[in-house]
Amino acid sequence: MNGVGVWGLDNTVFWAWDITGFVFWIGIGHAGTLISAILFLFRQKWRTAINRAAEAMTIFAVMAAGIYPAFHVGRVWFLYWVFPVPNQMSIWPNFKSPLLWDVFAVSTYATVSILFWYVGLVPDLATVRDRAKTKLSYYAYGILSLGWRGSHRQWLHYEKAYMIFAGIATPLVLSVHTVVSFDFATSVIPGWHTTIFPPYFVAGAIFSGFGMVITLMVLARKILGLEHIITKRHLENMCKIILATGSMVGYAYAMEFFIAWYSGNLYERYAFLNRAFGPYKWAYWSMVSCNVLFPQLFWFKKVRTSIPAMFVLSIVVNIGMWFERFVIIVTSLHRDYIPSSWSYFRPSIWDIALFLGTFGLFLTMFLLFCKFLPVIALGEVKAITPPADPHPPHDDHGREDEAGPHAADPDHDEPRAAKEDEPPDVAKADDEGEDEPQPKAEPKPSAKKKKKKGSGSKSKKEDES
Amino acid sequence: MSTAHDSIAEETEVERGPIYGVMGCFDKPAELYHACEELRDAGYRHFDAQTPFPVHGLEKAMGLRPTRLPWFVLTGGLTGLGSAIALTWYCNWDYPLNISGKYPFSYQVYIPIYFELTILFSALTCFFGLWIICGLPRFFHPTMAHKTFQRTTDDGFFLVIEAKDPKFAADKSRALLEKLGAKDVEEVYS
Repeated sequence: MNGVGVWGLDNTVFWAWDITGFVFWIGIGHAGTLISAILFLFRQKWRTAINRAAEAMTIFAVMAAGIYPAFHVGRVWFLYWVFPVPNQMSIWPNFKSPLLWDVFAVSTYATVSILFWYVGLVPDLATVRDRAKTKLSYYAYGILSLGWRGSHRQWLHYEKAYMIFAGIATPLVLSVHTVVSFDFATSVIPGWHTTIFPPYFVAGAIFSGFGMVITLMVLARKILGLEHIITKRHLENMCKIILATGSMVGYAYAMEFFIAWYSGNLYERYAFLNRAFGPYKWAYWSMVSCNVLFPQLFWFKKVRTSIPAMFVLSIVVNIGMWFERFVIIVTSLHRDYIPSSWSYFRPSIWDIALFLGTFGLFLTMFLLFCKFLPVIALGEVKAITPPADPHPPHDDHGREDEAGPHAADPDHDEPRAAKEDEPPDVAKADDEGEDEPQPKAEPKPSAKKKKKKGSGSKSKKEDES
Repeated sequence: MSTAHDSIAEETEVERGPIYGVMGCFDKPAELYHACEELRDAGYRHFDAQTPFPVHGLEKAMGLRPTRLPWFVLTGGLTGLGSAIALTWYCNWDYPLNISGKYPFSYQVYIPIYFELTILFSALTCFFGLWIICGLPRFFHPTMAHKTFQRTTDDGFFLVIEAKDPKFAADKSRALLEKLGAKDVEEVYS
């Protein structure tokens, strides 16, 4: 037995932990893009504190997910056949297959996530470059930061580019799990062939992703001493998102059962009864309790603001979401149309080892990220502190001044009017964010924070050794 | 604090080129904002602000035009869409696969491909377009020789009047910056 034969698959259950792991990891990635793109478009300023690390998590999750298709093609060295490249058989990939759509969706997602992340990193890499203590890190960060010097003529393009990236990443992230769900939804297997799959998968993806973000952030903020930047408020907001998406997922579970009954289709009904009361009922009810019941505890503020409670629940959520994919995939397959071919899937040691391996890859990448790159989006956090507002409300450039030297200049008022839409949310950081890092930053907000972070990457190393 | 930047600057023998401009530093975004307005109103055109984060509305104070980047991205996106249509058409014309009885060029099933390639090409155009339009990568810039340049990426709000501005005169521009409240005003050379 070799190749994918070492997995616990058989003729009936021809897909199991491999695709479960793939969907699990792709789903986890979604929270990062949601934070970096969708919350950006909705002007959720609190996102700046967790945005960088969450985006990094996205990239590493997609890398972990990529392991599965790479092995699943059977001959890893022919993986490139999934792309439309000319080969000796002069045949092209089947563009009508959702599996090929997956290739395009996931590789685009990986590429765009990396580019977006890197664009966000460049100004912060310049900060690290300018605070580098050794020549090696000076040159390394110097090259990575592309010689960024914070010129406003560059910021002008940069901000627009950032906005465009957020704008195109938003539909992209919704499309990725939609396409992943097409792998199942476009088939004719009872239990897979449902139209609710795309939104249901996307909600589940965001749900599991935020679970992973909380798991990582709770540890990272503690170990790296970032509690004043990644505050309880950020964690609480993420708990609220988990509660909302968890309830959506619960609704989808209920709706699947309703439609199975309402359709009057015998096979569809059986697939769902078998899911809940068949041989895999242990998996089904673990899924329901982890994904629907436990997250309901987040209705209580005590739970939402308790670090140990949310840490445990975030892990519960991820266990539940892994079970969700397992239940959808395996319970729909294991009893097919002829009872003589029914079977019961058990993972082999290699299934388990591969899954653990993807965790190893993911966590290693995340630790390397924490060690070498700015974990917080420095520039973005600085930009939302009140002193960053060029028109502070109680400054000597305040309202009285408006009737001052430039009152006659019609051009001069214009930026101020524009300011009323935008920077007000900068100023709003006041009321929005008691626990935002700004209070400690009164006179030179950035100076202090930077010291923490710029040297952060450095002092982290010292801490570790 | 001594950083690699400082020690390398000390070790390196710099051959001083022609003057690039006069550069000074402000402590607050509001001061920089007003200084930019003053310069704009005084008729300067070739000057630049260097800040740790984008100061909102500064482009208006500096009199800058909006970026053209979105047009490049639109072009990139349309190219992506066109390539996707061409790709799916060519592959199904070159070697038609009869799958589930669909026509070789069943554009409905290719919509995910069209969508993803549009996004991919837009993102790549946006990424490379951004750096091209910003003139990066560029590992040295005259302003980096300013003795407190490192505050640019930390907490300093710099203003540099470039020598190519027709109104530029080293002593007058320097005096103007100082009058506007800039600190550490010095000439930088390319």
